[in-house]
Amino acid sequence: MIIFQHLLNGLRLGSIYALIALGYSMVYGIIKLLNFAHGDIIMVGGYIALLLIGAQVSPVIAILLSILGCMILACVIEKVAYKPLRSAPRLSLLITAIGVSYLLENLAQLIWGADPRSFPSSKIIANVNFSLGGVTISLTTIVTIVVAVISMIILNLLVQKTKMGKAMRAVSEDTGAAQLMGINVNRTINYTFAIGAALAGIGAILYCCSVPQVKPTTGYLLGIKAFVAAVLGGIGSIPGAMLGGFAIGMAEVIVNAVGLSSWTDAVVYLVLIVVLLVKPTGFMGRSMNEKV
Amino acid sequence: MNEQPKLTPVPSNAFIPPRDIDKSPILECHHLGIDFGGLVAVDDFNLTIGRTEIAGLIGPNGAGKTTVFNMLTNVYTPTRGTILLDGKETRGLKTNQVCKRGIARTFQNIRLFNDMTVINNVLVGLSNEMSYNVAASILRLPSYWKAERVARERAMELLSIFGMEDVADVKAGALPYGAQRRLEILRALATNPSLLLLDEPAAGMNPSETEDLMANIRKIRDMFHIAVLLIEHDMNLVMGICEGICVLNYGKIIAKGVPEEIKNDPVVIEAYLGKRGAK
Repeated sequence: MIIFQHLLNGLRLGSIYALIALGYSMVYGIIKLLNFAHGDIIMVGGYIALLLIGAQVSPVIAILLSILGCMILACVIEKVAYKPLRSAPRLSLLITAIGVSYLLENLAQLIWGADPRSFPSSKIIANVNFSLGGVTISLTTIVTIVVAVISMIILNLLVQKTKMGKAMRAVSEDTGAAQLMGINVNRTINYTFAIGAALAGIGAILYCCSVPQVKPTTGYLLGIKAFVAAVLGGIGSIPGAMLGGFAIGMAEVIVNAVGLSSWTDAVVYLVLIVVLLVKPTGFMGRSMNEKV
Repeated sequence: MNEQPKLTPVPSNAFIPPRDIDKSPILECHHLGIDFGGLVAVDDFNLTIGRTEIAGLIGPNGAGKTTVFNMLTNVYTPTRGTILLDGKETRGLKTNQVCKRGIARTFQNIRLFNDMTVINNVLVGLSNEMSYNVAASILRLPSYWKAERVARERAMELLSIFGMEDVADVKAGALPYGAQRRLEILRALATNPSLLLLDEPAAGMNPSETEDLMANIRKIRDMFHIAVLLIEHDMNLVMGICEGICVLNYGKIIAKGVPEEIKNDPVVIEAYLGKRGAK
């Protein structure tokens, strides 16, 4: 029974990582950028929801606005920081992404202060626990897993079945050829950032509900772990990001369960090192053999 | 470059099939040229292509043929000169806008979307024809279903031109070489072009495959009433289907004419075979 309990906790944590890892993976797939500002978008999403609910806005509207805020923020970052560097070396883009990340963190600290604020999670998901044969399941857990799975199903439909999804796959495989086939590359990149940020926004709400607090560095560790998940699954691969997210979530819960909770982060980084050594392309990544 | 692009009369030295002579040409290049650093890659390139003409662009390796294609599709911005597509200047357009205006192309080294299925490759080409917005696709509104169904039918129709319906759900990268070349042509056709650029369509094909390709190019022209400009080294193909041929060497046009003239032109023979070959 205790195993089942851990399994559920792992799924909950994993589905949050998976949602965030998807944003990393999709953006990497399309412009080969490790968007390290992605984690901090989550933090901003958390603050937006917190402030709106604090201002007596109805939680549903607050959630929607916070997701929308994340999407707009991601598109603005793309336009201001990444687009001018589209043809610059990848390293410049990477450094810029790290810069944007620090900018967001410090701006948040400046505006909202460095102290953690408690997140009104009970206004979003009621604090109810169910007991099933010795296993305690909180409503938060159920909602988190269900919402994450639904989001991933919608994402899959969007990528597999719509023209925008096909354009995204075409651009990620061969940007030049896609553009010559009439695909508007800039718009496709914008959509990718917006979709990734929407998932991050959903992840932000779910994460803040389960912690439940927000601070300027909320996105830092969360972002890094989601990044590890994306690499583990094979960066650039959408099913890989989902799988990687769940795997990292499970790994963390297992480490906690055996009583080594102070080792959780170390294990996550260990996973990253082992993956990079043994199978750098991850579970489902494409091999990057350059033709000579 | 602010002057209004205007329809210029067909130059008297342009070769256009007689059936196209009373229609405005689909493509006109006037004194087109491009430099890479100090290197003049293409210079003073003049070409006129009729509405339904099959034209050939030939020349030794490194003559600048693919560079001309890259200028026509705005992958490269010409240093000099004007391109008029259907009488309108294409300067300053993005490559995807040039595609919308009616130029589609294939590539010397095949550039399909290998991880996507055959039909999805064609659907990428069709995506400009599909009009529904993101909200409609998320909410699965009727407009989404209708547009997707129409596009799928259209894609299958296109695949049927080359008898490729039964490989529709195979990954493009898994197709045999010849089929990949055919798919690339279909993907280009899906964008609804009025001018199709084929970059070495017969490369790597055996004589019987080349024979099929020639029939296919004619079939496409007759079905869609479009113009085709092709780069090719296979002289059987060029002489067999091209109505007008333009020969490029060191970035300059050295000869233009119908196949018979080109075949016997000493300058062309010299460019290909050297001075002794011309004798």
